[in-house]
This record gives sequence, C-alpha cells and structure tokens, in this order.
Amino acid sequence: MSLRLLALPAILLLAGAATAQEAQSPAPLAAQGCLGCHGQSGHGAGGIPGIAGREARELQAQMMAFRANERPATIMGRIARGYTEAEIAALAQHFAQIPAR
Amino acid sequence: MNATRRALLAASALLAAPVSLRAQSQGRILVIGGGFGGASAASFLRREHPEIEVTLVEPRQRFVTCPYGNLVLAGLRQIGDITHSYDRLRARGVRVIHDRAAGIDAAARRVRLAGGETLSFDRMILSPGIALRWNAIEGYDEAASEAMPHAWVPGDGTQTLLLRRQLEAMPDGGVVGIAIPANPFRCPPGPYERISMIASYLKRHKPRSKILALDAKDAFSKQGLFQDGWNALYPGLVEWVPANRDGRVVRVDVREKVLETEFGTRHKVDVANIIPPQSAAAIAREAGLANDAGWVPVNPVTFEAQAAPGVHVVGDANIPGPMPKSGFIANSTAKQAAASAVAAMRGREAPRPVYFNTCYSHVGDEYGISVVNVYRPNAEGTALVEVPNSGGVSPRGDLPEQRRLEAIYADAWYESITRDMFA
Ligand SMILES: Cc1cc2nc3c(=O)[nH]c(=O)nc-3n(C[C@H](O)[C@H](O)[C@H](O)COP(=O)(O)OP(=O)(O)OC[C@H]3O[C@@H](n4cnc5c(N)ncnc54)[C@H](O)[C@@H]3O)c2cc1C
Ligand code: HEC
Repeated sequence: MSLRLLALPAILLLAGAATAQEAQSPAPLAAQGCLGCHGQSGHGAGGIPGIAGREARELQAQMMAFRANERPATIMGRIARGYTEAEIAALAQHFAQIPAR
Repeated sequence: MNATRRALLAASALLAAPVSLRAQSQGRILVIGGGFGGASAASFLRREHPEIEVTLVEPRQRFVTCPYGNLVLAGLRQIGDITHSYDRLRARGVRVIHDRAAGIDAAARRVRLAGGETLSFDRMILSPGIALRWNAIEGYDEAASEAMPHAWVPGDGTQTLLLRRQLEAMPDGGVVGIAIPANPFRCPPGPYERISMIASYLKRHKPRSKILALDAKDAFSKQGLFQDGWNALYPGLVEWVPANRDGRVVRVDVREKVLETEFGTRHKVDVANIIPPQSAAAIAREAGLANDAGWVPVNPVTFEAQAAPGVHVVGDANIPGPMPKSGFIANSTAKQAAASAVAAMRGREAPRPVYFNTCYSHVGDEYGISVVNVYRPNAEGTALVEVPNSGGVSPRGDLPEQRRLEAIYADAWYESITRDMFA
C-alpha cells in the first residue's frame, strides 16, 4: 500500500487545523521531543542525523519504515511506534519547513 | 551573595533584555528552579512565545547536571564538562534571579524570595526537583552525607567529587557499598549506570575490588541489559542483592562504615554511596501541593498541581502516573506545561500532549543501552497511559555495534538536551 496515499488526508487535515489555530496544532509541541536528540531545530548532533530542511515525503517514509521495522535503527523504531500516521505526517511537514544548515 | 550584588545582577538582567519585548509583554510566567524542568521551560518560552515575560528563580549561579555525573565517577568526564551557566538564557531575555523561593501564595499569585523580594505572576512553572529524606535510613542525615555521599542532587558538584575522591583513595581489593531505594525515585536506571561506571573505574585501576549493591527492590529498570553488560565487561566484580535476599538498607553506621539491612546483616565497606528515599523538594511540600507520600499530583494535560490551578509543577517533584523521573521527561513536560500556561492566559484550550521518554545509560566506555516510553492522556484526560506496542528497551543479545552506537548517541543526547535548556 502506498504510504503517500495513506497520509495525504492527514496532511490536509493538519494543515487546515494549523492555520485555523496555531496553538492547537500538534506538530510544534510533538516536535519538541525530537530536539532532545536531533539538536536544536533538528539540525543533528554528534552522529545523530539532521532531520531539518529535508523533503517531508522522505522524512515521513523513513518514519513509517522505522515504525514497520523495515529500516535499521538502534532506537527510532521504538520511538516511531508511539506516533499515529497523522502525527508523523505533521512532524515531517514541520521539520521540512525548517531551513537546512 | 549580598543584597547589593543581587540587585545589581537583577538590574543587569533587565538591561540585557530587549526593551521592545518588555514593552509588549502579554503576561508574566514565573519559573522556579533552573534545572531540567525550569531551564527547559524558560528556554522554550523565549523561543516560542517571545511576547511573554519570563523570570527564572534559581539559587545557584551554575547548574551541574545529574546526567553524566556517573561518567565523572568513572573518570570519563570532568565536572566542568557537566556544568552549565545561565548567561545565554539571560541573553535571550529571561530575567534570572539567583535567590531561593521561600513561600508560594498560589491564590494571590505571589512568591516570596529568601532575599526579601516578592514577585507576582500570571502563571507559575515550578520545577524544584527532589529532597532527600534524611533519617529515612537510620543514621543517614546531611552530616552523614559528608562521609557517605549520595551524589544524587546536583548541588555544586561537591557530592560527586567527594565520591570520586573516595574511590581514588580506596585501596585495591576494597568494597564499594551502594544503597538503592524503592520506587519512586529520581532516575530509575541511574543507580545501575552508577554501578557500571564505578565498575569501569575499578576494573581499570583496582581490579581486585568489589561492588556490593544493596537494593530495596526485587527488580530494576533495564535489568537484563545491565546484568548482561556486567557479566560481559566486569565478571565477578558486581554483586547485586535484591530486597528479597535482604538487600534493603535500614541503618548506617558512619564511623564503622557499616550498612545494615532489614534482617540485621551488617556489611562493612570501604566506600559507601547511599541513595536515600526521596520526596518533592521542600518548597512544593511547604506550599501544600504534595500528597501524603510527598509528591505533587498534577493534571496530566496541563501539569497544574491538583491543589493549585495556575501553578504548573513539572520535573521530579510531581507524580505523573507511570512516567519515570527523568531529565528527558522534565524537559518535555516543561514545554507542555509552558504551552498550556500560555494557552490558558489567552483563554484557549491546552494542546493535546504526547510525552516520550528516552533514558540512555552507559554500561561501559563504548557500551550504551536505552529505554523508550511513549505516553498519552486517556480519553477523559484524567490519567496518562503508555502507548501500546511503542517504546521498550534495547534488544538483548551479543550486539556490539548496537551498544557502540548507543554510547555515541547518548553523548549526542546530552549535547542536544543541555543546549535545548541553556543555549
Ligand atoms: C546519577 C544520575 C543520572 C541521571 N541520568 C539521567 C539521564 O541519563 N537521563 C535523564 O533523562 N535523566 C537522568 N537523571 C535524572 C535527572 O537528573 C532528573 O530527572 C532531572 O534533573 C529532574 O529535573 P528537575 O527540574 O525536576 O530537577 P533538577 O534538575 O534537580 O532542578 C531543580 C532546581 O531547582 C532548584 N530549587 C530547588 N528549590 C528551590 C527553591 N525553593 N527556589 C528556587 N530554586 C529551587 C535547585 O537548585 C535545582 O537547580 C539522572 C539523575 C541522576 C541522579
Ligand atoms: C533518543 C534520541 C532520539 C530522539 C528523541 C529522536 N530521534 Fe530520530 N534518530 C535517532 C537516532 C539515533 C537515529 C539513527 C537511527 C537509529 O539508530 O535509530 C535517528 C534517525 C532519525 C531519522 C532518519 C534520518 C536519516 O537520515 O536516516 C528520522 C527521520 C528521525 N530520526 C526522526 C525523528 C523524529 C521525528 C523524532 C521525534 C518524534 C525523533 N527522531 C526523535 C535518535 C533520536
């Protein structure tokens, strides 16, 4: 099944919600937990890859692969399985918007 | 610090803050405690909500982290490597006051500082950490901790350095006794990372020595992984005694260097590290926020104290259902609490949270393990529950590459989280 097809309605939904009311959007707050390892603004730190400024589609596919145990990981599988597909889509959108360094 | 110097510092903090931000202030948030919860909240607020005025009250000029303190014991880090200053938070416009909160009037939204000043606030974020329960282990009070260090609250690093010096002074063939408390306590895997890091030091410098770990529990965090690591790296060096084999220390004799357990066994040791039972820090209990067990019950969405809406309590002082008392949780709940405080000030609903915790532990110099937990509020928003099928511990087995990478990633975690808090 195509990941893109699955996630599309979620992206639209969340994008709508974000413009309607910033504070209610789950992405920025949920994304805060990722910064604890991926560095401030998600630019990477000490061997942990940067996730800022990359294609949302790519980030989302990587997260979905971590979730399905299809991408080698020391820890990301355990983390990714805690998020819904909609949240993963929103997270990917969020980090994609941050300019890469 | 005298009052004049304090006043000068406070004044310079005010001057350093961009004037325009102060002029446009849309409310005041007062943060008490500049550790994992407090510094994270202050830093997050400046980044995400610059229109809010943020004041941080913390008695210490510098913050020494608990995380990576065990690596100082092993000789893998210096205390300076884990010491952080508040200068960058100040430069970002946080008003930092080095004083101690002496009393909270939650109804009047005022805090009295030990130095005499009174501060008003719209919302408070309280993250004062833990207090050690002196004499919960008979004979173990503050004076005793100068001979038998706990090294479990950051302070100025003295406790960690004392334990390090005692290990250095111990002859080869000595016994290091470690007393470990029952749940809940700060950092569930912390005592076992400590055992590992002391073992790493002993193996290199005093290989005939032993660690005797006396535990008030029968099982512990990441137990299988820790014990696999001890067997692989330090065979015969670590003896762990669970409560059901008389592991619970109930009394210490500082002069004789004896740890006495529940059923009267007296263990003579050369170096003693006592991690005593704990409660929320005094300021939270004195404000009437804590339950009978000494911890602060909170709303799982906003982190407001059940006894005082408007006062958000984060970090180790609260009792957040199943979540562990970790720096990672303090950091992520502080952000949720800060966002909820801002939402409430604007008459909006609090954001729906997802909390997750990661605790890395070093078992050896190039040997790391981790645990992950993801939590969400239940449908009613009354309790936190762990998300099914998520989280868990590192895989067991002979996986040298996984262990090597996790040790490296642990260092990256420390870099990232301390930068998130203090930069
Ligand atoms: C050995 C060890 C290793 C650890 N390793 C890890 C790890 O690898 N990963 C992890 O996630 N966690 C780890 N932890 C746990 C982590 O240190 C704590 O969970 C975290 O510090 C909790 O944050 P806090 O804000 O509640 O308290 P703290 O970080 O202790 O901060 C509390 C602050 O409040 C101040 N304060 C107290 N009373 C007042 C008052 N009346 N007025 C003003 N200020 C006050 C104190 O001076 C202090 O600076 C470890 C702990 C230990 C002991
Ligand atoms: C505890 C540390 C930690 C946290 C927290 C964390 N990550 Fe990761 N992340 C890693 C590590 C380590 C890797 C490398 C893969 C592995 O070993 O698991 C990684 C890899 C990734 C990758 C793949 C990048 C690439 O180029 O290969 C993505 C995407 C990612 N993480 C997203 C996230 C998101 C989104 C969050 C927040 C929900 C997050 N991570 C939280 C440690 C972390």
